[in-house]
Amino acid sequence: MDFKSSDTVPGPRVEDHLPHTTQAAVKIVIVGGFGVGKTTMVGSVSEIKPLTTEETMTQAGVGVDDNYGSDSKTATTVAMDFGRIGITEQLVLYLFGTPGQERFWFLWNGLFEGALGAVVLIDTRRLEVSFDVMGRLEERGVPFVVAVNSFPDAPRYPVPELRAALDLAEWVPIIECDVRRRASSRDVLMTLMHFLHTLATRRAPV
Amino acid sequence: MPQEPPPEPAPAAPAEGAEGEPAVPNPERLYSLTGTAAGSERASIDLVTLIVAAEDPPPTLTPEQVSLLRLCTAPLSVAEISAYLSLPFSVVTILLTELMAADLVQARAPIVRQIVPDRSLLEAVMHGLQKL
Repeated sequence: MDFKSSDTVPGPRVEDHLPHTTQAAVKIVIVGGFGVGKTTMVGSVSEIKPLTTEETMTQAGVGVDDNYGSDSKTATTVAMDFGRIGITEQLVLYLFGTPGQERFWFLWNGLFEGALGAVVLIDTRRLEVSFDVMGRLEERGVPFVVAVNSFPDAPRYPVPELRAALDLAEWVPIIECDVRRRASSRDVLMTLMHFLHTLATRRAPV
Repeated sequence: MPQEPPPEPAPAAPAEGAEGEPAVPNPERLYSLTGTAAGSERASIDLVTLIVAAEDPPPTLTPEQVSLLRLCTAPLSVAEISAYLSLPFSVVTILLTELMAADLVQARAPIVRQIVPDRSLLEAVMHGLQKL
């Protein structure tokens, strides 16, 4: 593996340094199909230039015993873009945009397990991609909201129709957004946070 | 806001190193790591575990370790380290596990989702988002 010498490794700009008082991070995952706007959303709200973490996925060939030195294993590099928002002097929020396919989720240990919640970003032209994602999140107990990215050339549907088409429970928020706009992306995150807060209030002991 | 992250479960066994990738040289070391002051840092490294370099690195470090420590003069997430070093997340966790064992970095565990979420935490995040 190539390793860049320490002289050439870029690092965060000084203005991007987190305060030394930062004690902990929280994360939110933005999940959706290819080209749905995950990276655009991360970029529109992030306070740092979005970065990319990679992981290598190795798929073993069928014949386990005879693949030594052969090319029956294929390695695929999977990338995930992320951004960051400073919350307080002690707390920082990270946003990860991840593909909808569950097989990618295992590459990053704890990607969803510890996340406060998720945003399922959908494109009305490809609703079918979302079913599997929402099912997986429910199985894992990850609370989520649904955000419909308004592509100029995509058909527009009233929210109740979309909710029905997605077979989405009435208590799960669904909102329209334009992820190119910071205010719109922030509204999506606020919707998620309000939803989580409602859940917390409901579950809190009386 | 409570800053004390919950204790993390015991780390899972590391995956077998894939071909062409360094396997974990000494897996049992992952289990022998003990937490620092807070007692909550284990070898379980999350994408958003914050890493801070110790003040006086010894002169005997590898180039990889030097690069990593230089990045972490201020707290930096494992995901950012992976991005800046252009190294896969799994490789960064191996490097960090070694550095943690040698007390060359401090890890600050993330606050993770709770069954009953902490409302004050959620409110802090909302307040932070409003400032955007």
